Amino acid sequence: MLGVQLAQLHDGDRPGVAEALDLVAGFDDALVHGFARLGEERAAALTALAGAVAASPLGPAVSEAADKVAAGSIGEEHLTALAGARTALLGAVHDALLDRLDTALGRTRAAWEESASTAAPADNLLSGSRSWLHELGITGWRGVDHDLVSSSGQTLEALLAEPRLRRLAVLLDGLAAELRASCPIATMARLPVRRWADLWTRAVLLSQPGARPAASVEPVTGRLLVLGADVHEHGTAVQVQVHGVLEPAGGAPTRLVRASVAAAKVDTIVGPAVWRLLAGHPVLLTALAERRSLDLADMPLSSSGDLAWQDDKATVGAPADPFATARLQLANANAPAVPPLERHPIRISEPVLLEDYETDGDRWTLDGHSIRVDLDRLPASGPLTPELVAASSACIGLVRWDAGGWRVQPLAVQATVKRKPVEAHTGDWAQGPTDPKVVKAEAKAGDAVAVLRERAGRLLRE
Amino acid sequence: MNADEDAWERGSGVRVVPPVQPRKLAKVPFVEMADGRLQGVVSSGSDIARVYVSSITAGTHGFNCSTNNNRPCGGLGGSSPCKHLRSLVDEAVLQYGRERVARYLQIEVGEDDHLMEGLEGTRESAPAAVVFSRFLRHLAYLELPVTTEPVAEMHWFPATRAVI
Repeated sequence: MLGVQLAQLHDGDRPGVAEALDLVAGFDDALVHGFARLGEERAAALTALAGAVAASPLGPAVSEAADKVAAGSIGEEHLTALAGARTALLGAVHDALLDRLDTALGRTRAAWEESASTAAPADNLLSGSRSWLHELGITGWRGVDHDLVSSSGQTLEALLAEPRLRRLAVLLDGLAAELRASCPIATMARLPVRRWADLWTRAVLLSQPGARPAASVEPVTGRLLVLGADVHEHGTAVQVQVHGVLEPAGGAPTRLVRASVAAAKVDTIVGPAVWRLLAGHPVLLTALAERRSLDLADMPLSSSGDLAWQDDKATVGAPADPFATARLQLANANAPAVPPLERHPIRISEPVLLEDYETDGDRWTLDGHSIRVDLDRLPASGPLTPELVAASSACIGLVRWDAGGWRVQPLAVQATVKRKPVEAHTGDWAQGPTDPKVVKAEAKAGDAVAVLRERAGRLLRE
Repeated sequence: MNADEDAWERGSGVRVVPPVQPRKLAKVPFVEMADGRLQGVVSSGSDIARVYVSSITAGTHGFNCSTNNNRPCGGLGGSSPCKHLRSLVDEAVLQYGRERVARYLQIEVGEDDHLMEGLEGTRESAPAAVVFSRFLRHLAYLELPVTTEPVAEMHWFPATRAVI
């Protein structure tokens, strides 16, 4: 990114964004206290939310829901309609922000293409999730206790066993763990108000019965040049999302794509050990660890830019420096569309290259324009540390937006440490740590994955 | 409210649960603070096939320890906890940090004292079978297949460096 692009990113507020977020905040406040205890002010906030979507197809359902809930009749369908309205508003905020970012970067984005719908999952699994979320909505975060958190247990277990519902299961598990760790919530000084409302709302939508629109999928052949790995993690899940530039065979325009691999885990598997859970995808991990390109043959690619990764459709190619890829390819690669139901500001994660900036604490400045560096998104499974980031002069990162501001999450940095150039990427330890100190610490702690797998092997098949 | 707190409440990707610290799992493979108890599973020192289920209730500090087949632990007295309970507390401190464990159990001890010295409860009955089945569920996560369908919801859960 250039200074002038940073300037464009921050150039004035997008009309409507602040107003939309105010309406969302009204809904979120209702969820803090519970829909059963609305009071006049929070009921008015729901009416305002309904007013904002009145002209959309959601309008009548949301308006009815706001009235009914204010009158104390809180059906599942009413909370679903309100969740839909909140989702629509944040979807619009997402679109406005992403458009601002694309404009600043000069990035071309494909239009959404939909093909067939996915098959509808079994409703008995979803109904358990809906009724737990309904109970949470009525009670409000302030009223959540151990019993209400624990009552999600059976539903969660059933959801986890169904791979097609993994998204919902992983989301509910993450939310339940946060609620459990926060009990008693009534006495918490402050609540993650926006976050929990986000998680609740998305879970309500993912719990709806029926088929969903799916992205169109085509097989692609060509060379994948890796930019970097974005690591996501909570107590019982880890996901690695590899961003790269695809050069399709035959010379079609290059495209920004991602490959995602996710594994279930437990909270005691942390740091570099999480890579061991993904060892079933050695081709992808080798490319990350050795900074090599990947040759793809008929790998399914959906219109959302997501490769449905299959290790046997890829081979490890020649060494490929991600910084060279970012310098030479990033500006011209076409970006994919965002699936309609995923539109939320948290999903914005656009790869960029930043160079020759001045660092000052958690801000980087280029030609007088600055952006915040997200030091909370440096995974313990890789070599990037706040110190390295502070000493850096070039960075491949993801531009994100949260809590009202833009920020950049480093995926790789080039830095000078003790007058020597060093380079670090989040995926460097994909085949095990390369830093002797970390190797030693790991050896001392023992192999958590192996210990637990051994126990599982003995106890679960007794 | 200052600007940082305000931003935290308006943040979507903020951290709520601190990441746990890595620790050796062989002796105490499972520790959790859940259902109002510090509870977990402790390996027997003598028999590889045997494990103990140990728990301490938050607030009252009532404790218990038994094998997963519900045989009472021989080391347990009416008012004195056994070595398995001590291991449970030690490993919980490694995993969650001393402050979090003390706050959860509501233990008040001097800075240099072992948390066990702050326990004020006596032996009480405890749902060993429930805790053990939670351990089995915990292990079952490792048997779930790896998926390659993107989980968009994981953007809410960034991997972070542990804060000590």
